Amino acid sequence: MKNNTLFRRLLIGATWAWMALLALVPYLMLVGASFFERGTDTLVRPGLTLSNYLHLLSPTVFTMAADSVALAAVAALLCLLVGYPFAAILAHAPARIQPLLLLLVMIPFWTNSLIRTYALVMLLKADGVVNSLLLHAGLIAEPLRLMYTPVAVFIGLVYTLLPFMILPLYAALKTVDPQLLEAGRDLGAGRVRNFLHITVPLTMPGIIAGTMLVFLPALGMFYIADILGGARTMLVGNYIRDQFLVFRDIPTGSAASVTMTVAMGLLLVLHHLARRRSGKEMLP
Amino acid sequence: MVTLAGVTKQYNGHPALVDISLTVADGEFLSLLGPSGCGKTTLLRLIGGFERCTKGSVLIDGRDTDGVPPERRAVNTVFQNYALFPHMTVFDNVAFGLRMANRPRDEIAAAVNGALDLVQLHGMAARRPAELSGGQQQRVAIARAIVNKPRVLLLDEPLSALDHRLRKQMQKELKQLQRTLGITFILVTHDQDEAFAMSDRVVVMQQGRIEQIGSPREIYEEPVNLYVARFVGDINVLAGVIREKIGPNLYTALVEGVTVQLRSDRPLSLAQPVYILLRPEDFRLAVEDAATPARELPGTIRHAGLKGTVRRIFYHGATYDVEVSLENGTRIQVTEFFDEDSDTLSCTPGDRVTLGWHEGWEVVLPHEE
Repeated sequence: MKNNTLFRRLLIGATWAWMALLALVPYLMLVGASFFERGTDTLVRPGLTLSNYLHLLSPTVFTMAADSVALAAVAALLCLLVGYPFAAILAHAPARIQPLLLLLVMIPFWTNSLIRTYALVMLLKADGVVNSLLLHAGLIAEPLRLMYTPVAVFIGLVYTLLPFMILPLYAALKTVDPQLLEAGRDLGAGRVRNFLHITVPLTMPGIIAGTMLVFLPALGMFYIADILGGARTMLVGNYIRDQFLVFRDIPTGSAASVTMTVAMGLLLVLHHLARRRSGKEMLP
Repeated sequence: MVTLAGVTKQYNGHPALVDISLTVADGEFLSLLGPSGCGKTTLLRLIGGFERCTKGSVLIDGRDTDGVPPERRAVNTVFQNYALFPHMTVFDNVAFGLRMANRPRDEIAAAVNGALDLVQLHGMAARRPAELSGGQQQRVAIARAIVNKPRVLLLDEPLSALDHRLRKQMQKELKQLQRTLGITFILVTHDQDEAFAMSDRVVVMQQGRIEQIGSPREIYEEPVNLYVARFVGDINVLAGVIREKIGPNLYTALVEGVTVQLRSDRPLSLAQPVYILLRPEDFRLAVEDAATPARELPGTIRHAGLKGTVRRIFYHGATYDVEVSLENGTRIQVTEFFDEDSDTLSCTPGDRVTLGWHEGWEVVLPHEE
């Protein structure tokens, strides 16, 4: 028992140390840098200024932020529309094959998402797999233009983020008592109204969680828009990357980064509050 | 009202119900009684439309229901665990069926409040199911079903989650409700007391088959086989052999080594082995003490006299059970009522006793093949 607690402390301690050293400290440095000024020789010059944040209050940045939010929102909606039926099939599949199907959902995680995005290029380009198949099948006369279109960006985002939608939806659907659906039908609701009046409200925590898990990363996934969309629209993620890697303006990049983190944090707090409220109401 | 004709249900080749035929009358309170796994719930689900018969048909109001989904049947169900919608208030739960039927808003409000009054839940309309006690949730489930004015109400072990006292009270209320509404009730239960207390007729089931259909009294007093006899209440099963026919429906038989008279409507042949079934309360016992060795049983039960020794006595308040072992070792349970005049027990462990029963109270069953 004593060994157990020692082992536990070591494990938890190591995790905390890891997080503190590699996530918290760099992040605090980032927060600090966001209040510094840009240096000429050095990257940053110590000082205390809000100019980096004021810098962000420009129409271009607002447009960019709005574009990013719109893109992420559409990606989240698409994931929801694709993921819900998938999660429902998963939750209602025979218990034996559910672990296998879940494994299939997770396997893509084993490969780096950047590499998978390049793999998507192979599928989507003019002489890629999709076009070749469609041409050979005689469904199209000439190659579809897929690469460097919004369609390609959404394909990439949905493909990458879909598991984050499916897993919470699956978890939520598993908790819906099938007898409630029988009760609904007994009381005269067909399958559609059963779904709208019973399944959707009861899986709302999963819908919200999945939407957050897709929406927030989608805001920052600059490389998918870059690789598949040809970097035509500037997104928050691209903007931050460019500040750091192209313009070497670390304070502005830091300020944008911190602003985005705070915005995401606020969303998470809202989500938490909403969940706590609905959780209270949905106790069995 | 509801007619089952040759209903057979199989799951992956395993029979859950075998050739069930049953007619439920309009306004009847019928119970399906049996141990878990006997098919009673499957039968209810067939009527509710949640399962389809493998063979045979279910008729509601004379119409074949094959292929009619639950939402289009004039039956409603009270589910075992109530299946209340946790995200809705009591009002919304009860209103659900009427809203699905697209009734006008004010009609819904009136009907829901009426149903809540009927189950004594006025003032609870705004609560959520999680804020109610088990008994209150049960009432919501009943209100949610009856507000739709179904022709038949199906109840799947509706009281099994309640404690003993509340269960007794709900039994009375359910029976009262059924009389008030005049709806046909079909109740599934494994609790014999529950079935007997509420039902007009009881269907005793075992392994997907109907063993006996009858009024509670018929089931208790005239069980058609050993299974039914043993399932409903305590019973003593004595072994006997028919000796002689001494009159119409009257025989002598050797039972547990004693010659007794038996009454039976069934034709019995000489030397036929039979079971004699007697409820513990059917017996009377007389103590043979040293002073009055020949103390006799009353005249009506003198035709049978089994000798034995009192082993143990169990006190139950209004009654007490006496366990008697006969001379050949067979144990018999006897229930005695306290005498009006004295509050002392009539016997103590170790007493030699003679056991008898009222003529004609025995049930004689031939051995089953």
